[in-house]
Amino acid sequence: MAFTHYPAVNTFISSFFLAGKGGAAPEFVGLENYRFLLEDKIFWKVLKNNLVFASCTIPLSIALAMTMAFLVNAGLPGQAWLRLSYFVPTVLPMIAVANIWLFFYTPEYGLLEQVRRFLGFSGVNWLGSESTALYCVIAVAVWKDAGFFMIFYLAALQQIPPSLGEAAMVEGASRFTYYRRVAIPLIMPTTLFVLVNATINAFRMVDHLFVLTQGGPNNASSLLLYYIYEVSFKFWDTGYGATLTLVLLLFLGLASILQFGVLEKKVHYR
Amino acid sequence: MNAANPYDRGGARLLDTAAAWTLALLWALPLLYAVWTAFHSPEFSTRFHLLAPLTLENFAKAWAAAPFAKYFVNTVLLVTIVLAVQLVLCTLAAYAFAKYDFRFKTLAFALVLMQLMIMPDVLVVENYQTMARIGILDSTLSIGLPYMASAFGIFLLRQTFKTVPKELDDAAAVEGAGVLQILWHVYVPLGRPVYLAYALVSVSYHWNNFLWPLIVTNTVHSRPLTVGLQVFSSTEQGVDWAVITAATLMTSGPLLLGFLLFQRQFVQSFMRAGIK
Repeated sequence: MAFTHYPAVNTFISSFFLAGKGGAAPEFVGLENYRFLLEDKIFWKVLKNNLVFASCTIPLSIALAMTMAFLVNAGLPGQAWLRLSYFVPTVLPMIAVANIWLFFYTPEYGLLEQVRRFLGFSGVNWLGSESTALYCVIAVAVWKDAGFFMIFYLAALQQIPPSLGEAAMVEGASRFTYYRRVAIPLIMPTTLFVLVNATINAFRMVDHLFVLTQGGPNNASSLLLYYIYEVSFKFWDTGYGATLTLVLLLFLGLASILQFGVLEKKVHYR
Repeated sequence: MNAANPYDRGGARLLDTAAAWTLALLWALPLLYAVWTAFHSPEFSTRFHLLAPLTLENFAKAWAAAPFAKYFVNTVLLVTIVLAVQLVLCTLAAYAFAKYDFRFKTLAFALVLMQLMIMPDVLVVENYQTMARIGILDSTLSIGLPYMASAFGIFLLRQTFKTVPKELDDAAAVEGAGVLQILWHVYVPLGRPVYLAYALVSVSYHWNNFLWPLIVTNTVHSRPLTVGLQVFSSTEQGVDWAVITAATLMTSGPLLLGFLLFQRQFVQSFMRAGIK
């Protein structure tokens, strides 16, 4: 039994590894690609963008997800509707919702512009200017992710025994003390799980770029995976694309070290 | 699901409710807006008018402007094939990992876990070359193939199978059941909730997937909805927002509808999938 399936799994695994070795192929033509990488100004810009993207989306979506979970778990009126609206972005195709966001961001008559003009501000070309494009893309990513992570927090919150809350109340702890000292530490394992997922997403999520900015203007909103796509499938430089992929794998590898190194040891409750 | 915790029942409720609803409105706004725009004629795309006449014309226009019927067929086909193969492969692999000892098992499992982190859609360059080498570019198969042996599925099912007591296994063996029979009659039924959770995740993932299908497909013949929508909204349509939102809603419609119908199970199965 094991030997009929083991090869199936193994074939798959080795195919995965073959893919991973893609970065090794350019080595046969020398380190040309890597030298180019170091000199490639766009690469550094894109890398910086991706780091900004990660350092904004990860904490923002986690904080929002936690808030949503607390709110949705509190038995407020219309709970089912709340949960539904938070979660709905998760099930929609990113490419489809990006179309709607594109409309929000449109200069002159987009929704954001109408609000701004109503408040008496002048127009801004949200996606067209280098200073705002990346943040527009970040907003969409946070919007998309937060509701998904909420579900994991919700699951974790529901496993906290109510007696803990009662005990804290008897002790006279304030609501915020309860959250800070009891609830949040208890859901730490979930936070780590979500953190890893958010990190992976930060380097993987590019679909909305295709609709919103195409990485522009002047690569101001381009991310690593999008740049890989451009290099490999627009300019057909697959060797360099593979080199870039290796850089991306490096970041994802770091995320998995985080997962196995830290999560395996489990965050113990204080 | 009731509020179990006394702190969630107490004083600041009004404030909480206001905050919760503001956030919810903000989160639902894009969708509400799309629905508004799609059902009204283009001149109402940018201004609200409570009594603006409803119309289905945008949907008709969008449907006529691109081969959406073909895209739907492609997507449904893709999602079905991928899910079917995933279920079979993951079940077998998970069973092997949960119940058998074999050489390099730890290593093999570590490799599976690694694939959890680094999903096939990151390795687009290399995977594209593989598909070109096998000669199946621009086919539904090429979109689905990299995902068929899903690490997530193997992992999830392995965890479930591990909780099945050995005695059940032995009892079935005494009854004279073969290995595959045991798997089918004992393990698969016990894993039903996990299968459901996994199926939902898989379907929504592949329905929504974009980058990889974009790369391997280049004709109407194999394009899924997401890629079709992108081609549609970027080239042919310019800025007719009403038609674009109609197309957008059509693309996400079936999934959205399914989600609304099975909301409870959906959220719960996601939650269950989350507790690893």
